[in-house]
Amino acid sequence: MNFEMPQFAMAAPEIWLGVMLCVVLIADLFDRSQQSRLAFFLTQVTLLGAIGLALSTHWGVDRAITFNGMYVSDSLAAVLKVTVAGLSMVTLGYSRDYLRQRDLLKGEFYLLALIANLGMFVMASASSLLVLYVGLEMLSLSLYAMVAFDRDSRIGAEAAMKYFVLGALSSGMMLYGMSMIYGASGSLLIDTIATQAAAGDNLLLMAFGMTFALVGVAFKFGAAPFHMWLPDVYQGAPTSATAFLGTAPKIAALALFLRLLVDGLGDLHDQWQAMAVLLAVGSLAVGNLFALVQTNFKRMLAYSTISHIGFLFLGLIAGTPEGYSAALFYAISYGIMASGAFGMIILLSRRGFEAEMIDDMRGLNDRHSGFALVMLLLMFSMTGIPGTVGFYAKWLVLQSLIDTGMVWLAVVAVLFAVIGAFYYLRVLKAVYFDRLESPVPLEAPAGQRVIVALNGGVILLLGLFPDRLIEICRIALGL
Amino acid sequence: MIEKAIFYFFAAVLLLAATLVVTARNPVHSALSLVLAFFSSAALWLLIEAEFLGIALVLVYVGAVMVLFLFVVMMLDINLSVMREGFARYLPLGVLVGLVMVLQMLLVIGAGVVDLVPEEQVAAAGALDGNNIRLLGSVLYTVYVYPFELAAIVLLLAIIAAIMLTHRRRGDTKHQDIAAQVRTRKADRLRMVRMPSERDSDS
Repeated sequence: MNFEMPQFAMAAPEIWLGVMLCVVLIADLFDRSQQSRLAFFLTQVTLLGAIGLALSTHWGVDRAITFNGMYVSDSLAAVLKVTVAGLSMVTLGYSRDYLRQRDLLKGEFYLLALIANLGMFVMASASSLLVLYVGLEMLSLSLYAMVAFDRDSRIGAEAAMKYFVLGALSSGMMLYGMSMIYGASGSLLIDTIATQAAAGDNLLLMAFGMTFALVGVAFKFGAAPFHMWLPDVYQGAPTSATAFLGTAPKIAALALFLRLLVDGLGDLHDQWQAMAVLLAVGSLAVGNLFALVQTNFKRMLAYSTISHIGFLFLGLIAGTPEGYSAALFYAISYGIMASGAFGMIILLSRRGFEAEMIDDMRGLNDRHSGFALVMLLLMFSMTGIPGTVGFYAKWLVLQSLIDTGMVWLAVVAVLFAVIGAFYYLRVLKAVYFDRLESPVPLEAPAGQRVIVALNGGVILLLGLFPDRLIEICRIALGL
Repeated sequence: MIEKAIFYFFAAVLLLAATLVVTARNPVHSALSLVLAFFSSAALWLLIEAEFLGIALVLVYVGAVMVLFLFVVMMLDINLSVMREGFARYLPLGVLVGLVMVLQMLLVIGAGVVDLVPEEQVAAAGALDGNNIRLLGSVLYTVYVYPFELAAIVLLLAIIAAIMLTHRRRGDTKHQDIAAQVRTRKADRLRMVRMPSERDSDS
């Protein structure tokens, strides 16, 4: 095997993260304050730096490859990395207060988040099955630890255990599929696999491996029927971990899909399309119907995640660059919405009390009209009402579906979206129309108020002027 | 011919040992069977001339990991009979599901012609000469440097997560703080008390 010197500068975001996580690890030891201020500050600076580096090294690059074909740098990587790091910054900002109230504020939480980010970055620009898998494990392992972060919580330990066992199972599935793909193509490099798939060698074995890989991806997404872990983990994990787990890793799962099944096995699209239709319709049905009966807000959000994943898969099913860019847009807007929703739970909770039931939202408008307004925007956006970013996300996906002639699927999706409106609006009913006898004014630290306001503002702003983001997503997919 | 016989022998021992790992009642027996399984697979690796992997398996897993494992199993004294309840009841169903799955996969794969390893690659693998430590060494830090470094970070993550989840300062343990011991001054330990001196009044 010929070795050529890698262009290290191309992997600047990963190298930066790798170096800085060691710095945070050491710096946290010498931080005497009880609240890990230094670790928090350094983590945010690191993520901000990573965003800058990802933009400067990847944006506008036309698929450059280094590290002997294992690392790819293109605009898609830039968009994915910026989104992942940005969402992590927001969710870590939200979770600070939550952790402080529960005496969980330790530097390790930020450290785990940083390593998870590194894993997601690695996946976003992986061009080899081996690198893809190592990135995935780096992400998953840190997420398991974050879910188990509150050691004294029984339900947290149970959630972590379930997540760990099912995550290991899905990793096993994916690894098995990857080994079959390797057997069929004789290479770990995505580019070589793509040429082999295009040439049509060993298609049967490749499709066999692809099936298992798709199952693994669906597990990581939480698409039905591989969604069983999602509600329990969302509910059991500390909300700060749920907020992190429910946002950035979904972008990483999309990265996994795009790199493995589009870059690598794009030529097998005909074969994975039918399976993806099953996943999409299943997720839409399970997510929306089960969410209807939930009284626990965190569980409801978990099922709503499943339904959103179903919508995201619709964009992937279309199989056109337009469809992929619609899916990317959907994932980004979902990340913004989900971080806001979990942020609201964190905001309403206080020491010894988790505001996780829908009933806990009652009379929010009387307690703080600003937060109620953000809640309104979030729920409208998740429903897909015009004026919010969620509308354009759904619209783009449906458009790409109809363009490829799958009208029936679009009709099914819209039907389920209407069902979904019920449970989102039920939350708003609690917020605006249910009255408390003596509403206690809601107080939150200034930092938290700023993030919530920003989060709501972005949803509204992107809902009114989505053109820039749509354009960015199109450029990322080479349109 | 003789090579094939050796392969089947070790493969049979491996399968038997692996079955024993999950069926043995005594956890110590399970752990010992696992040692046997590792050893047999190391022998299989030696057969396909992957000496380094075989030796690493014996050194790392049999030598270090399994000894530690046995140690823990002996110390913990787990009562597995509770965990095994219903094992026999679920066994037929489990076997059936497993068999059906294997059959289905075979049907899918067997339906078409599958060329598992391209011929030219077998030839290429044969052309590489002997010493596979040298081969591994020449690619590990060059071609595979990126995944190798990432794997190192995964290990670091495992260390951090394990320590974070298990380490906590408990109030009831007695531990020495050497620095505090050295820093101590006379005033901390010695209390001067003024009291009337005693005298023998009898004399």
